[in-house]
Amino acid sequence: MATSTRTTAPSSISSDARPDGGRSRLGDFDWHRYIIYIGFGAVFLVFAVLLRNDGFLSSNNLLNILRQTATITVIAVGMTFVIACAEIDLSVGSVAGLSSVVTAMTLSNYGIVPGIMAGLAVGLVVGIINGGLVSLLGIPSFLVTLGMLGIAAGFAQRITRSAPQPILNDTYNTIFGSGNIGPVPGLLFWSGVAVAIGGVVLARTRFGRQVLATGGNRTAAEFTGVKTKRIKFQVLLISATVASIAGMLYAGRLQSGRYQWGAGDELSAIAAVILGGTSLFGGAGSVIGTLFGALLIGLINNGLVLAGLESSEQQMVRGGIIILAVALARKK
Amino acid sequence: MAAREIAATTTHPARDELTEATVTSNDRPTPAPVVEMRGISKAFDGVTVLRQVDFDVRTGEVHALAGGNGAGKSTLMKILQGVYTLDAGEIFVNGQPLRLRSIHDARDAGIGMVFQEFSLVPTLTVAQNIYLTSEPRGRGGLVDDREAVRRARKVFEDMDVDVDPRTRVASLGTAYWQLTEIAKALAQDAKVLIMDEPTASLAKHETEALFGLVDRLKARGISIIYISHRMDEVYRIADRITILRDGRHLFTAALSEVTPAQIVEGIVGEAIEHEMHYRERTATPDAPVLLEARHLNAGRRVRDVSFTVRKGEILGLAGLMGSGRTELARCLFGVDKMESGEVLLRGKPVDVSDPRAAIEAGIALIPEDRRAQGLVLDHSVNDNLLLPLLDRVRSGPWVNEGKAKRLATSLIERFSVKVANPTRPVRLLSGGNQQKVVIAKWLGTEPEVLVMDEPTAGVDIGTKHEILDMIRSLADAGKGVIVISSEYPELLAVSDRILVLRGGSIAGDLKRSDIPNEESLQLSVQGV
Repeated sequence: MATSTRTTAPSSISSDARPDGGRSRLGDFDWHRYIIYIGFGAVFLVFAVLLRNDGFLSSNNLLNILRQTATITVIAVGMTFVIACAEIDLSVGSVAGLSSVVTAMTLSNYGIVPGIMAGLAVGLVVGIINGGLVSLLGIPSFLVTLGMLGIAAGFAQRITRSAPQPILNDTYNTIFGSGNIGPVPGLLFWSGVAVAIGGVVLARTRFGRQVLATGGNRTAAEFTGVKTKRIKFQVLLISATVASIAGMLYAGRLQSGRYQWGAGDELSAIAAVILGGTSLFGGAGSVIGTLFGALLIGLINNGLVLAGLESSEQQMVRGGIIILAVALARKK
Repeated sequence: MAAREIAATTTHPARDELTEATVTSNDRPTPAPVVEMRGISKAFDGVTVLRQVDFDVRTGEVHALAGGNGAGKSTLMKILQGVYTLDAGEIFVNGQPLRLRSIHDARDAGIGMVFQEFSLVPTLTVAQNIYLTSEPRGRGGLVDDREAVRRARKVFEDMDVDVDPRTRVASLGTAYWQLTEIAKALAQDAKVLIMDEPTASLAKHETEALFGLVDRLKARGISIIYISHRMDEVYRIADRITILRDGRHLFTAALSEVTPAQIVEGIVGEAIEHEMHYRERTATPDAPVLLEARHLNAGRRVRDVSFTVRKGEILGLAGLMGSGRTELARCLFGVDKMESGEVLLRGKPVDVSDPRAAIEAGIALIPEDRRAQGLVLDHSVNDNLLLPLLDRVRSGPWVNEGKAKRLATSLIERFSVKVANPTRPVRLLSGGNQQKVVIAKWLGTEPEVLVMDEPTAGVDIGTKHEILDMIRSLADAGKGVIVISSEYPELLAVSDRILVLRGGSIAGDLKRSDIPNEESLQLSVQGV
């Protein structure tokens, strides 16, 4: 029990003794909270030195990293809300896949606008089901979304009979991934939009604050007037909707819808969120941190490929780095 | 089950002469009540817990609310906070009749609660907690944390305490949590604060600082309803006291006009005393010492505690909330780390550095919160019983089902657990029977010393007697039993000796025969 082990009580309530967390001296700099930025910088430097002759620092390669990370970043922004609320969403990868095929199929039959609407609708429907089951029936989100992972993936495979669905609409492909929007590559534009909106909403709106409160201490939030069930519903809705947008980005970048797009992304997204400093137990989270978490994963993937590691070796090194980073970020 | 428990504690015939007597002071003008509750009645599942209770709080007054377990204090306060709705009666705030349907209604009416189990989010900062759901907003409707910090500073300045609003709550000590709670209520413009045992988790100097704050709040015209069992505190800060007993209003009086003895008698009543008697036991005072604790220190709540338990002796531990009773038990059982001191069993030092070592040494703890600490609720009665005994029902690496079943059945019979089907989840049992399962489970390990923390909490009166008998027969069988209880009649009924704990140290070591009645035990626990 925390209270029984605490031996240094503050000397007096009304004296000027500061509570433990109020220090601001440099010596007490809490580097654990910034581990993701430190880690990102360190890994970048190491690769920049070791792989300088392999084209790591070429603008093309750097842009490539950003492009490959974009969809994970988008999914991870939604996931940040879910995890900050002390829930989890395992269905995001298959929702992205389902959204990609639904968008592709609708688009080739009815045109671009219905295609986009249909893709978004996938996210909304899945989000409502996930959120409803979790907040109304009280089923743990782990189980609900684990089930949904299978359902969405299976459904996507069935309606396409496992066949890729090509997208021949150039406008769509340009906007969602292959081309540029103004001077900015489309994928970067969308992930930038997701990070910007997500960052402001989580840090600077009442909704974001209530998400953190619900994740930090649900009873306290409830007593303070936060409708915690509604918050849970909303974060799962956001997560699924954002995942469906990521699916549309896959479709645009790869110019087709396919049920495998996004498979396994839930794990990368969760890793990015946790690396970014969001507490797996909820209550604290940062979207900018998540962005760097995703970039770090992208950086590692890229560097390991350039270094010539086999895919089996890449997986092991990547896993090791993630565990190491989380271990370092952990408070003593 | 819940209904039966409530029934057990509230349906004693009220045979006290004081019931209708109301003491009021007429020698000074009475300020207008800011809150007035009239004729409040409330029943749960047909069991009445409040009958026609009147209660009022004046502007700038500290009004203590006292009463034993099940007296209805917390129900009354929950009605005032809008958590429960009343069945009958009226509530006036500033003279206006009001219906309180939710926490929001109460907050809008200016009633703030300083929660006992704190209502703060540890991962947010102090300012973010204070303004949770009412965040100041700046440009574009975005939350303005700087403004929140500024306002929170102002609130703390007005309280005359120093807390940095930018600190994360998780890194604050308990005393600061409470200050933040108070600030949160004040920031919502509370005119009446309800404080439920606010000093329970505070150190002495923190308590003094809190009282200073209470005085300052009072001077600002804020009224405080102060729930406490500590007589010294009540006399220190309260203006009036209201005592509830068995869901009825017993009396309200200015503290200048009542004695501690009157208050204790009001809380205790006479009804209960007849129900439980100490039964002379044959334990000899010169029986060999079974357990000896020497100079135990652990945290703030166990300070240089030494005592002995003889073979066949029942030792009671009495003390207020926060006196260190539970912490002492946890320390003996190795749940909390001992900083210094020694535990001896039959004169030999034993290792109690963790629960497993304590079990092996022959000490068992029946914990306070059986649902959280004592049982795996969704597992069957059998599985729960056998959990600490798996070594005894093994055949090689496998559990021998036949042996297991026989052992479980014998335990169920020995402790007369009323269970229709022992393969069904233990959560389906009544509170009393769950407690029997916990006791049976631990006795199965054949401990020599048994520590029981609140063994009859939440069980009905019939089971209570059975459990007390069980404790007596354990001692008769030569075990040493340590019983922690906040119910004095119960302590007096079983203990051969009672240790009084105050502020983590032993304040008294009383032989049962030296305690004439419950009041005298109360008074020595209170230290007045």
